[in-house]
Amino acid sequence: MADKISTREAYGKALVELGKENKDVVVLDADLSKSTKTVNFSREFPERFFDMGIAEQNMMGTAAGLAAAGKIPFASTFAVFATGRTYDQVRNSIAYPALNVAVAASHAGITVGEDGASHQALEDIALMRVLPNMTVFVPADGPQTEAAVRAAVEINGPVYIRLGRPKIPVLYGDNFEFIPGKAVKAREGKDVTIIACGLMVSYALEAADQLEKEEGVSAAVLDMHTIKPLDAASIVEAARETGAVVTAEEHSIIGGLGSAVAETLGETLPVPMMRVGMPDLFGESGKPDELIENYGMSASNINAVVKEVLTRKK
Amino acid sequence: MDRELIANLEEKAKKIRRHIVRMIGEAGSGHPGGSLSSADIVTALYFNEMRIDPQFPQWPGRDRFVLSKGHAAPLLYAALAERGYFPADDLMTLRKMGSPLQGHPAMQKLQGVEMSTGSLGQGLSAANGMALAGKLNNMDYHVYVLLGDGEIQEGQVWEAAMAASHYKLDNVTVFLDHNKLQIDGFTRKVMSPEPLEEKWTSFGWNVQVIDGHNIEQILRALKQSYAGNGKPNIIIAETVKGKGVSFMEGEVDWHGSAPKPDQVEKALQELA
Repeated sequence: MADKISTREAYGKALVELGKENKDVVVLDADLSKSTKTVNFSREFPERFFDMGIAEQNMMGTAAGLAAAGKIPFASTFAVFATGRTYDQVRNSIAYPALNVAVAASHAGITVGEDGASHQALEDIALMRVLPNMTVFVPADGPQTEAAVRAAVEINGPVYIRLGRPKIPVLYGDNFEFIPGKAVKAREGKDVTIIACGLMVSYALEAADQLEKEEGVSAAVLDMHTIKPLDAASIVEAARETGAVVTAEEHSIIGGLGSAVAETLGETLPVPMMRVGMPDLFGESGKPDELIENYGMSASNINAVVKEVLTRKK
Repeated sequence: MDRELIANLEEKAKKIRRHIVRMIGEAGSGHPGGSLSSADIVTALYFNEMRIDPQFPQWPGRDRFVLSKGHAAPLLYAALAERGYFPADDLMTLRKMGSPLQGHPAMQKLQGVEMSTGSLGQGLSAANGMALAGKLNNMDYHVYVLLGDGEIQEGQVWEAAMAASHYKLDNVTVFLDHNKLQIDGFTRKVMSPEPLEEKWTSFGWNVQVIDGHNIEQILRALKQSYAGNGKPNIIIAETVKGKGVSFMEGEVDWHGSAPKPDQVEKALQELA
C-alpha cells in the first residue's frame, strides 16, 4: 500500500518550507486555516499570516494589494468560495492586473463528501481556465503539490492551485520533474490514452492496471497537472500514438480538462474520445468513495468508458 | 495656511477639470459627474500631499492612490499627466483603441495607476493589502483611496472596512466622495448608505467630515489623518456632482454621458 497524503496537507507543509526560504511569502485565509492547512504557516510565521475572517471577496482584494506592493501572497479557502464567491475579485483585482497571487483552493471536487453540493466545487477549473493570465494547476499527489506550490512563486502572474480533502496515494518519489505546462507520462500504453488530473490520476492508473489484466488493453496515462497553459503537444502526440483518448477529472464534464482536451483534438487531430467526470448535476452528501462511484468517476467507471471508446476506434 | 499654495491648487484643480471635460468630450463617452466632484481632492493629493516621483513610478517607498471608483478614470489620468507621468496630449486618446487610457484604470497599461479598478467596491481591499505590505516592510508610505458614496453599497467595502480597523491600518486614508447621486438617482433613494459618520465610526475608523471642494479643509483633514492612533482614516467629503460646470452640477444625467462639442465649449468657458 502506497503512502497517502492529501494535497491540502502537502500544501500546508510546502508553505512552511517556502516561508522559511522567502520572507516575501504571505498567507491569507478566510476562517478555514485548519481545513486548508494554512494553520501550519500561521503558527510558524504569525506576522505574515492574515486571517481575513469569513470575507472571501476582501481576502482576494487584499491579496491583490499585497502582491501589488511586492509580496507573494497565497490566498486559501474552499474551492467553491475561492472561485465562485469571489469570481469578480479574482477576475478584476487579480487576473486582469496579472498580479502574483496564488489562489490555493482546497476541498475541490465531490470528494468533499458529507458537506454536500453547496461545498463541492465542480466548476472551478472551468471558471479559472477561462481567465486570461491565469495558470491552473491540479496536482495529482502530495509531492507534485509541493512542486506546484514552489512553481507558483516563480511564475509571474496569478496561479490557481486546486487541492483536495481526502488522503490520496503518493505517485511520485523523490526524483521527479515538475514543469508547469508539461504533462507527465505516468504510464506507457499503446491502445488508448487516459488523460487525467488531480486524484483522478490515481484512478486512471488503477483502471489501466485492470484493463491490462482483465482485457489485455494497453492504456497509457497522461497526468495533466497543468490545465493552463495546456500541453497541447502531448495531447496530440497521445492521440497520434494511441488513436483514442479518455479524459478523467473530478469536475463537471463541462468546461474542465475534458473540454480543454476536446478543444485541442477537435482542432488538430480528432480521434474517438470520451470524458469521465461529473455529469451536469449538483452533487450530494455521502462518503467520498460512494460519491465517486455513484457519479461515474471511479476506476471501474473509467474502465467501462475506455472499453466503449475502443469500440469506436478504427 | 499658505494662501499661495491654496490658490495654486485651486488653479490646478480648474485645469484638471478642463482636461476632464475635453477628454470625455473627445472620447464621446465617459463619466464627467463623479470625476468633477472629486477633482479638488485628487488635486490636493497629487500636487501637495503624496510623496511620488513620476521619474520612478515604481519607487517602493512611494505613497499610493487607489481610485476605487474607477469610472472617475479621466480625473486620475488628468492628474497623472499634469504631474508628469505622460504628456498631456495623450489625454485625448482616452477610451480609444490601443490607448493606455482605458475606460477604467488598468495598472498594466499605464505607469502611475496603482490598481486596476472599475468593478466597484474592490479598491479599499487592495489598498489594505498595500498598507499591510508597508507595515511588514517597515515602510512609512501612506495609501489613499477614493470611494464613491454609491459604491459603498457594495458589501466588500464593509468587509474591507472591518479588516482595516482589525489590522490597525492607520496608514490608510479614504476619501468618500459624497456627491449624493448615482446612476439611478439620489443615493438616499436608491439604497441609502446613511448615516455615514456613524457607520464608519462604529467600524473603528477616524472620521472627519469636510467640504470636498475646499482645498484648505482637504489639506487640514489630511494632516489630521496622520495621527497614527492605530485607526484607519476616512474623510467624508461633501461634494457636488459635476462641480464646476453649471449645467452638470447636481444633475444625475451627467453621471455617465459625454458633453457635445458646444457643451464642451461652454464648460471650458466656465472653467477658464
